[in-house]
Amino acid sequence: MPRVWKFGDSINTDDILPGKFAPFMAGEDVFQTFAFHYIRPEFAAQVQPGDVLVGGRNWGLGSSREYAPQALKKLRIGGIIAPSFARIHYRNLLNLGIPAFEADLTGVLQDGDEVSLDVETGVLTYAGGTIQLPPPPEFLREALREGSILAFFKKYGRFPGEPPAEGGP
Amino acid sequence: MSASSPRPQTMAEKILSRRGNQTVYAGDLAVVDVDQVMVVDSIAQSFIERMEKDLAATPKYPERVSIVVDHVAPASTVSVAQAQKEAREYAAKTGVRLFDVGRGICHQVLIEERLAQPGWIVLGSDSHSTTYGAVAAFGTGMGATDIALAAASGKTWLRVPESVKVTFVGELQPGVTAKDAALEMIRVLGADGATYQSIEIHAGDRFTRGERMTLANLCVEAGAKAGLVVPGGEILTAYGYDIPEWVYPDPGANYRQEIEIDLSVLQPRMSAPSEVDNVHDVAELRGLKVDQVFIGTCTNGRLEDLHAAAEVLRGQRVNPATRLLVIPASSEVMEAALADGTLLTLMQAGAVLGTPGCGPCMGRHQGVLAPGEVCVSTSNRNFIGRMGDKDAKIYLASPAVAAATAVMGRIALPEDLKAVPA
Repeated sequence: MPRVWKFGDSINTDDILPGKFAPFMAGEDVFQTFAFHYIRPEFAAQVQPGDVLVGGRNWGLGSSREYAPQALKKLRIGGIIAPSFARIHYRNLLNLGIPAFEADLTGVLQDGDEVSLDVETGVLTYAGGTIQLPPPPEFLREALREGSILAFFKKYGRFPGEPPAEGGP
Repeated sequence: MSASSPRPQTMAEKILSRRGNQTVYAGDLAVVDVDQVMVVDSIAQSFIERMEKDLAATPKYPERVSIVVDHVAPASTVSVAQAQKEAREYAAKTGVRLFDVGRGICHQVLIEERLAQPGWIVLGSDSHSTTYGAVAAFGTGMGATDIALAAASGKTWLRVPESVKVTFVGELQPGVTAKDAALEMIRVLGADGATYQSIEIHAGDRFTRGERMTLANLCVEAGAKAGLVVPGGEILTAYGYDIPEWVYPDPGANYRQEIEIDLSVLQPRMSAPSEVDNVHDVAELRGLKVDQVFIGTCTNGRLEDLHAAAEVLRGQRVNPATRLLVIPASSEVMEAALADGTLLTLMQAGAVLGTPGCGPCMGRHQGVLAPGEVCVSTSNRNFIGRMGDKDAKIYLASPAVAAATAVMGRIALPEDLKAVPA
């Protein structure tokens, strides 16, 4: 069963993946092994597919580096739940199709707790019961139905929320 | 204003309305034309992969795309050299612009090259793309996928941000700088005080273009999507910018928050480890032993910054226990500082010069820190491990404070040097 990895407030993208371990420096195949290298050195070796990251406010501040969430995607995390996200990082999560939910569960869940997260419905189940997480806004759900904004664009040649061109899809 | 006129708009609402061809307000979703897309070397391979593999697209308007080799320049390893080689090949193939090793830091270069103009939308694959707000362009940072989508389509989607109005009043005392004003703004707002919002800076005719770049650059450290400095006086027109009348915010526009900062009472400021909003008076931190001083970056590597450092360092020597690295923000800055004797002053004081670019700011090369070392830097981030080892400490300050610190070997104010015979 997936477990919780709990973090504090203001986890920045240098924390998630330090700049010197970017794929073009550390190597495309191994850069994800440096996720949380300084603040939780055991993370990359121990995280299991589907594990859920629970953070405090302003998750993902700092650098625009998409390879930070890319590393988490390669490690196949199940999603990130935090009361607030920094905006560039939030866009990167959506673009990569990493589920991100805005909720403060730092007082409810502890490190290592077993959870299951249904990313379609936003229902999180833990030992104490279930929690309905707030869904993303409609135009993003429109994109996520295709997998990501990139996939949506590729299919329709426009952005979600943008009116279709004359005669277009 | 007649009854039929639209509601008053902030500067962000103005630009996003104009570029999206519909009147939008905070909270609306806007799909807008992008005037310039900037790609840095760190993500060039990801960008190319998204374009060619995921989107099977070429840049819709090659003249609106610029690649800048600045984050690890010159290349430090074979893998970095390979990434930069692929970027050059891509530029040659598609006709997008490429600024190669030594031309300088992306934001500085784009502004020097007039690739950011009042009323434009400029997207950069670097969070400090808020810098373009210095010339009244809506500049914002995005990741590789968003950047590729913008290059492929000529557009991007944005949620129209609420705005925070920051008004600077009073005049700075000697020795207090735009960096100090910016750090004070970050302290007041907090590191997430402007998340999803645009900071609209009202400073009248205060601050040069370079100083406005420092202010706009640091807006992202309060979480802002953009940092728009309202053009004032002759500051931008003196550089030959054409400022469209529509770009100014309307009186009565709606702001989420309004803040006033009195520059006349401000003292030199410093961000202590390891969050940018951990701001103190330099006087409180004075005396801490410092191993390395770094003057440069997109925040403070411009000619006025090198001048401020040279003024403090003239006739002085860097402390033997401290290293001083100076990296001009661009080749244009470096040439000007060479021509006017600034570089000679810095070198005679014991500064080590580096190739224009980002230098050690994100801990990749050219002056990374060992465990336990302390660095005073004119850059923008003091996060754990940012410039090297996780147990190194970074303090952010103005070029004048950085220069004084280099001489004393300890955190110091320029006035501290006057107490010591040169």
